[in-house]
Amino acid sequence: MNSIATPSQPLPTFAVAVSPRPSPDALLASLQRAEQRARRGRLKIFFGMCPGVGKTYAMLQAAQAERRDGIDVVVGLVETHGRQETEALLAGLTVLARKVIPHGGITLTEFDLEAALSRRPQLVLVDEFAHTNAPGSRHPKRYQDIVELLDAGIDVFTTLNVQHVESRADAVRQITGATIHETVPDSVVASADQIELVDLTPEALRERLAEGKVYVPERAAIAGENFFRDTHLTALRELALRFVAEHVDERLRELRATGAARNVWRSGERLLVAVGPSPFSTQLVRWTRRMAAAQGAAWVAVSVESSRRLAPDSRRRLDQNLALARELGAEVVVTHDEDVATALVRVALQYNATQIVVGKSRTSRLFDLLRGGSLVDRLLRQSGPIDIYVVPSDRAAGGTSRRIEWEPPGATPAGEYVEVAVTLALLTAGGWVLRQPVGYLPIGLLYLLAVIGLSLRVGRWPVMLAGVLSALTWNFVFIPPVFTFGIEKFEDGMMFATYFVVALVAGHLTARIRAQERHERWREERATALLRLTQALGAARSLDDAVFAALRQSDALFGATSALLLSGDGQAAPVPHFAGSFTLTDKERSVADWAWRNRKKAGRFTDTLPSAEGFHVPLVREDRTLGVLVVCVPPDATLTLAQRDLAESFAAQLALVVESEELRAVGEREKLLAESDKLHRALLDGVSHELKTPLAVLTTAVENLRDADAAARERVIPEIATATRRLNRLVNNLLDQTRLESGALQPRLDWCDARDLFNAALAGTRESLGAHPLEVSVPPDMPVFRADFALMEQVIANLVLNAALHTPAGTPIFLAAGYDGARGRVFFTVADRGPGLPPEMRERLFKKFQRGDAARAGGLGLGLSIIHGFVAAQGGDIVAGENPGGGAVFTIYLPHTPHGNVPAE
Amino acid sequence: MNAATAAPSADILVIDDEVQIRRLLRLTLESAGYQVREAETGSLGLNEAAVRRPDVVILDLALPDLPGLDVLRRLREWSQLPVLILSVRGQESDKIAALDAGADDFLTKPFGGGELLARIRVLLRRAQPAAEPSIAQFGDIEVDFNKRTVTHAGVPLHLTAKEYSLLRLLLQHRGKVLTHRQLLREVWGPAHETDTHYLRVHMANLRKKVEPTPDQPRFLKTESGVGYRFVE
Repeated sequence: MNSIATPSQPLPTFAVAVSPRPSPDALLASLQRAEQRARRGRLKIFFGMCPGVGKTYAMLQAAQAERRDGIDVVVGLVETHGRQETEALLAGLTVLARKVIPHGGITLTEFDLEAALSRRPQLVLVDEFAHTNAPGSRHPKRYQDIVELLDAGIDVFTTLNVQHVESRADAVRQITGATIHETVPDSVVASADQIELVDLTPEALRERLAEGKVYVPERAAIAGENFFRDTHLTALRELALRFVAEHVDERLRELRATGAARNVWRSGERLLVAVGPSPFSTQLVRWTRRMAAAQGAAWVAVSVESSRRLAPDSRRRLDQNLALARELGAEVVVTHDEDVATALVRVALQYNATQIVVGKSRTSRLFDLLRGGSLVDRLLRQSGPIDIYVVPSDRAAGGTSRRIEWEPPGATPAGEYVEVAVTLALLTAGGWVLRQPVGYLPIGLLYLLAVIGLSLRVGRWPVMLAGVLSALTWNFVFIPPVFTFGIEKFEDGMMFATYFVVALVAGHLTARIRAQERHERWREERATALLRLTQALGAARSLDDAVFAALRQSDALFGATSALLLSGDGQAAPVPHFAGSFTLTDKERSVADWAWRNRKKAGRFTDTLPSAEGFHVPLVREDRTLGVLVVCVPPDATLTLAQRDLAESFAAQLALVVESEELRAVGEREKLLAESDKLHRALLDGVSHELKTPLAVLTTAVENLRDADAAARERVIPEIATATRRLNRLVNNLLDQTRLESGALQPRLDWCDARDLFNAALAGTRESLGAHPLEVSVPPDMPVFRADFALMEQVIANLVLNAALHTPAGTPIFLAAGYDGARGRVFFTVADRGPGLPPEMRERLFKKFQRGDAARAGGLGLGLSIIHGFVAAQGGDIVAGENPGGGAVFTIYLPHTPHGNVPAE
Repeated sequence: MNAATAAPSADILVIDDEVQIRRLLRLTLESAGYQVREAETGSLGLNEAAVRRPDVVILDLALPDLPGLDVLRRLREWSQLPVLILSVRGQESDKIAALDAGADDFLTKPFGGGELLARIRVLLRRAQPAAEPSIAQFGDIEVDFNKRTVTHAGVPLHLTAKEYSLLRLLLQHRGKVLTHRQLLREVWGPAHETDTHYLRVHMANLRKKVEPTPDQPRFLKTESGVGYRFVE
């Protein structure tokens, strides 16, 4: 059902609102919006049809009411235009000082965003939503300031006139003739939690105007008079009312989508609009957005690239148009095809679009004929069941700037023209020689051959030139009568005409094939770049490797320097990774910070801090921002929309890698946790036994003390002492193990004396040594060494106690110290003459909860693990070995650097 | 020397938040003839110390309201009364900081009652400023502070100036722990407060000269990781 709807003017035609079916996506979006709203500040817009309806007044009244309710209200910026009633309403409200910005000799005052953010009130009043900030402010637009306030969780009241709504600007211009420069994107307005219409009848407004109660800026005075005409006012009022109604309707629909069980199923319309570089496309985008909004439909903006290259200005405008479409909520698709109609239909089918919107073509009829019909004709032929809307351009939009500028021929290297000229000149000279023997017809074929040959080597325009030039030269020099452009014979005329067409078509076709090839190559490069990135990231052994690979790819692909900032835990501000080739200045750091905090692109080529050098893309994964990718091209170079998209793909890939790296770390932590869980169970079993035994002894002993006679008491007391010592040792071991594992152990290295150390260590062990004789030896030249005395004391004491526990009574224990100057270390050995250590035990000896198989005296098996931990904490090492002559030997090595000279006096 | 005779009615203030430790200390101290007052928080303790003027303060380092170290510092702002620190293992650095800040001695929990009483006796004795003796004796060693001479069984011993300073310092504070920092500052000057190896080397030399068995010193005792103390 092909149908062409051609509205008389691009004004919104509001269909009856059809409730959308609550698709999972819509539900999700609605939930996300609710969630976002929960932590965002609430935005209330006081909306009017034009200046002078009393928006500021209404806003201040509402603010006063909030203040009375105990809300912390701050006036960020309010324009009272000297009206007394309005000024009176400021009483009792805190007014923030404005930020003064010197600009070209004059000073401008602006809303001070930083001050408002640091003051953190509950509610801020900021007049004139659509205001454009003075150059040098953080954001070009005030609405961006307000979005940042909302993101910071601060509520905002603001004012807005209907003509400043992006999608309504055109309509207002058509009504009043005044061009609106300051607009607010619909998506921003739509995100308002409440839009309050401040309404006034046109008659009342005229009255107020007559009384001088309406402020009309001087520079807009003329437009102003026109603006306030009754008919205009009525139209504007209708526009404003309709806008608010539409907003309410959308809200309602959103509520219904989430809340109600019964829903009317919606048709599933999807609009597709063709976007080009012309200013008219801007209107087309806005028109489509209105249509889509009215139908509750999704919409897609498609740009078709052909092999013809756009001039930089047009390129920029196209990017702007696509950015606008994206801003207004469209999905943007850039595709490549030489034929726009084919491309549009292809994308429409891919995206299940039900309606295609195109502008009314202004190409000449002849050109259309050559191409096989106008764009609309061709669309109609190919589109099947898809509806086609053709929107006429609006002449007032400025027909002069409408022309699309292609890359001018001058951009082709001059060398190619020289090549064309030289080839044709040589051929003409050769042909002059040959003209007698072969005649002029074969020479025409030679020319054709040359043109086709050239088309393989040079660009589109030189080939066209070659086609025209060769035709003319052939005619002028060879076709009789020679040296005239006239042609005598009819068949020569036919030959010439055929030649002309064949040369042009052949040249054109070949050039097109080459251009397509070039484009294919770029696409392939892009795909290859992503593929290589994925491969490099996959092959990277560590996150650092991956970042390094990604940044080098980015450098090569964009001809840029790049940097990556990573936020360790997603909480702390991101810091630059060392692999970056772009060194961030403080300014760039703050831009990256902004991008990270607001989860939005920033810097060059964006609306936020566009004066920055780099293009900043946040690495976003679900609810977290993992970092920021910064791509910085030289000031004279640019990043096209496609390249920016590619940069975003890079960022997305990197975000994945960073996240998976994090997940791996989490996995490892969990493995550790499981391990430690196992240990905890073992610990619990061990501890309950180890604690209960001495406690049982103590309880029994205390009972005995109560009843027993003096002699029995004497016997009980040593038992109590032994049990408490055992308990004490156990608790100390557990505490030490905990200190070691929590990383709370901070060894205090200081100079120690081996004799002191041994004395201190043995002081506490004498009672427990029992019948083991102890032999201590310290060489006379033993130097003082650096260690943590308290830790070493425990290490030695525990080793000696261990030896006493695991060897038969009466066998000796040897304690020695020594100095190995050659290897720069001191060592301490604790040796015994016991059964020794089985070799297979030595490996796991220093692990937690490992007990000698022949362990007789119980214990948790923590002793050696703690010893190992203590020694390692001091930078040393402990090894278990066999004592020559039988028994076990433990040797502790500590690194040793001789101390400086000790003055004798 | 008997405790009761040394300080028949000495007043001891116990600042500790553990009721069981306070009860045990009271039991031990009262049975030795001391009067005991208790405070369970640092601020109460400071108050009590100011009002009652005890003879010795026993101060736990871990208190619920303010760190024992702060209690000590505040106390030291107006009083020099002897303070015995109670600490547990793992609080070594706090302990040393307390000693540096002017605490007189420390005990690491768990400790024996005999040990506690011995420490208290030393503190009380030092608090009674007897005329500084000009001659000190231990073992076979005699030190004459006026003449700056040291003799071993009547035979003159040659000590270097640093060794003599170390010995004199420890003898003047007999029974009290002197931290490494305190000793280094006194003997070598504030610039050498962290040059512990000076102390180790000179102390080893000193012990060889004055101790009967230098490898197991009887008088010049090492306090693990803290400092040295002269013990009779």
